Amino acid sequence: MILWGSNARETHPIFFHHLLKGVNKGARLYTVDPRRTSSAEWSDGWLGLDVGSDIALANAIGREILAAGLENREFIARATSGIEEYRAKVESYTLEYAERETGVPAAMIRELAHAFASAPRAMICWTLGITEHHNGVDNVLALISLVLLTGHVGRYGSGVNPLRGQNNVQGGGDMGALPDRLPGFQHVENDELRAKFDQLWGVTVPPKRGWHLSGMFDAMERGDLCAVYVIGENPVQSEADQAKAIHLLSNLEFLVVQDIFLTKTAQLADVVLPASAAWAETEGTVTNSERRVQRVRRALAPPGLARDDLEIVVDLAQRMGGNWPATTPEAIWDELRMLSPVHAGMSYKRLEELGGLQWPCYDENHPGELFLHSRLWEDPVPGNRAPFIPVDHDPPVDRLDADFPIRLTTGRRLDSYNTGVQSAGYRSPLRRGESLDISPEDLARYGLADGELVRVVSRRGQISVAVRVDPSLRPGLTFMTLHFQDDVAVNLLTIDATDPKSGTAEFKATAIRIEKLKAAVRVP
Amino acid sequence: MSSVPPIQFYPPARSSQPPMPPEAARVVQVELTIDGRTVSVPAGSTILDACRAEGVDTPTLCYLENLTPINACRVCVVEVAGSRVLAPACSRKVEPGMAVQTDTERVRLSRKVVLELLGSSVDLSTAPQAPAYFARYGADPERFGAAAQPAAANERDGLEAGHHHAADGQPSAATVGQPVKIDNELYVRDYSKCILCYKCVEACGVDAQNTFAIAVAGRGFDARISTEWNVGLPDSACVYCGNCIGVCPTGALMFRSEYEMREAGTWDEAAQTSTDTICPYCGVGCTLSLLVQDNEIVKVTSPLDSSVTEGHLCVKGRFGFSFVQQREPGAAPTT
Repeated sequence: MILWGSNARETHPIFFHHLLKGVNKGARLYTVDPRRTSSAEWSDGWLGLDVGSDIALANAIGREILAAGLENREFIARATSGIEEYRAKVESYTLEYAERETGVPAAMIRELAHAFASAPRAMICWTLGITEHHNGVDNVLALISLVLLTGHVGRYGSGVNPLRGQNNVQGGGDMGALPDRLPGFQHVENDELRAKFDQLWGVTVPPKRGWHLSGMFDAMERGDLCAVYVIGENPVQSEADQAKAIHLLSNLEFLVVQDIFLTKTAQLADVVLPASAAWAETEGTVTNSERRVQRVRRALAPPGLARDDLEIVVDLAQRMGGNWPATTPEAIWDELRMLSPVHAGMSYKRLEELGGLQWPCYDENHPGELFLHSRLWEDPVPGNRAPFIPVDHDPPVDRLDADFPIRLTTGRRLDSYNTGVQSAGYRSPLRRGESLDISPEDLARYGLADGELVRVVSRRGQISVAVRVDPSLRPGLTFMTLHFQDDVAVNLLTIDATDPKSGTAEFKATAIRIEKLKAAVRVP
Repeated sequence: MSSVPPIQFYPPARSSQPPMPPEAARVVQVELTIDGRTVSVPAGSTILDACRAEGVDTPTLCYLENLTPINACRVCVVEVAGSRVLAPACSRKVEPGMAVQTDTERVRLSRKVVLELLGSSVDLSTAPQAPAYFARYGADPERFGAAAQPAAANERDGLEAGHHHAADGQPSAATVGQPVKIDNELYVRDYSKCILCYKCVEACGVDAQNTFAIAVAGRGFDARISTEWNVGLPDSACVYCGNCIGVCPTGALMFRSEYEMREAGTWDEAAQTSTDTICPYCGVGCTLSLLVQDNEIVKVTSPLDSSVTEGHLCVKGRFGFSFVQQREPGAAPTT
């Protein structure tokens, strides 16, 4: 098992239970993370790379596997394309180069490469440590190349596994909440696929992809987007470069927010539509990280005039002149099953009986697929071969220099969640508020006391926060969460440099400096 | 890469058949008799598995499907032909030709005495199974005399192995009675109700959470569940997953909210409903069973048969529900 840019022990605790069963039975675990996290503490090896040097490390692992002749030649020849381009690309990523660029000892990189390639089965799991970079998609492609090289994909216990961070972020994408997809990942610019939707819905779906979230902010900046309808999201606090995000949202002609709380974003809105809590006050489905569609059920009556998201959307459509009849979650789901082949076999009845089903599930006799890409082990491979897509290392946009010499990375802690809108509601004994976590070496270097208030400055903003010594951090690396934005707006510091393909901002790599306040203030 | 086809533009090719896990090794069946009836179960089953397959209701307290059997409570003991002592059904594996008796005089007497010893020394008032077990075996926990005075706070935690205390004055039944430990916002520990079944230790340890915040300290009747050096939970390794509460069979470990409702006399099981839904936090997709009373979530558990959770949750899933209950009751559309 390789956990790459994931502190699953704290961010996916129940997944980590399953992982620990393997570890306790002798599975080897390696963790790739700039921080020596509580996940890393369970690992056979920790590769503490510098923030944003993932591709240098992955390419060096690939090169070492090829140099040692540990690649799966039969699989590569039958099921993949582009191995020669990949080989040429990684040729310059020697262990020595990677040690220099990532900070990870060459021997450790070699150990991981050999352990991964020679394991009978192996898996790479990642989280936002891979994707929240200006080149997050390239990071993912670099990891995919490693499983193509070794054949650790399409087989039981193998594969690449992005651990989803929110209870229905997978389902949102599945349902077409992506700028270029209709439900079931069907490309909106593919005429044949789109025609099914046109026919069933009796409308002409625009044959053009939309904007992803950061594309919408760019469009607001250009003046191309002037009205926004936000459902269940708090971009005022969750977006990178917060000052800019607030400025753009405040200058919209019209902002509607549909949420269960009057969030900071809702406070800017022209219209707020109070919604019921999808997980406890409505019927429906969510899809988890293993593509398992599961039922959510109504256990509580929503407060006041809060209503189901579905009812609100249907009512809005009617007010806008659409002829949408009142409907039920199950009827909507059955409509989806008509349009999305990968969901076709998932009736509510089967979801109830089987405790959920994993897509693709093509018909009512289909068991759902335990893992993807098993076709790559058929001979001949049906459909396209899996392509190697070689990528180059490209360090974070927010460069370290004499003015901003310290790297700040952000993430979650066990008991809290995102901007704290949900997790602030319970009294966690583990909670200790926001801090700038700093290595003992840097604490001494700056002459700071643990708990002392400092000013943290990035190229975009500054905040005041108490430092907290954390021995899991190396010199030059600091950590903050995003959970206490009302108290400490860490996203005033972060950069909105985004991956052009995914639209995800580089939350993981901010260049900062730490300024000691004139009179030392100790926060109790 | 111009040679790469736009694979995302078309749905991926389907595999010719759905992928399957590796084939499990063939399991041979083992034949044995339970109360004279021949039963066939897969090799590796326990006597308890065989009893349940046969519909023989066997009492258990320390056993739980998602934990390693620990054989602590002895309430499941059965008679195995040829065996000198009674065998714990929860952990003893079946063997070919084994002859098991589950309801002999010896078994009934043993179960009765086990229940009486537990019932006389431990407060079983919130152990849901206790009354039925007592009735079934005619157990009379009162027969050892009046309960001794409960210990002072932390007194039992300081007892050392080998320290024994002669009863002074009237003979009375020794108990584990002591004040409730309340040292954090999320759960209470009432060790007056602890039967030392070890389930919490196992759930905190290798069977689920792997945090190892608690273990059994002391020996004999002085044994008790303890954090390291008996520090309070906030100073211990505890991460408040609450999986110890989830497995506790007697209510010794309890949500603080449930404890307070019980103290106030507002805990009303007849008025509660249980609804399964999915946790609103990370993408693992844990099934939550929401126990609701008067439109308020009062407790969260997870079903043992969930393939995702196997009955275990984290601190957010188990305790992080309050936010839905903290909304303005008059919430109305605003403009």
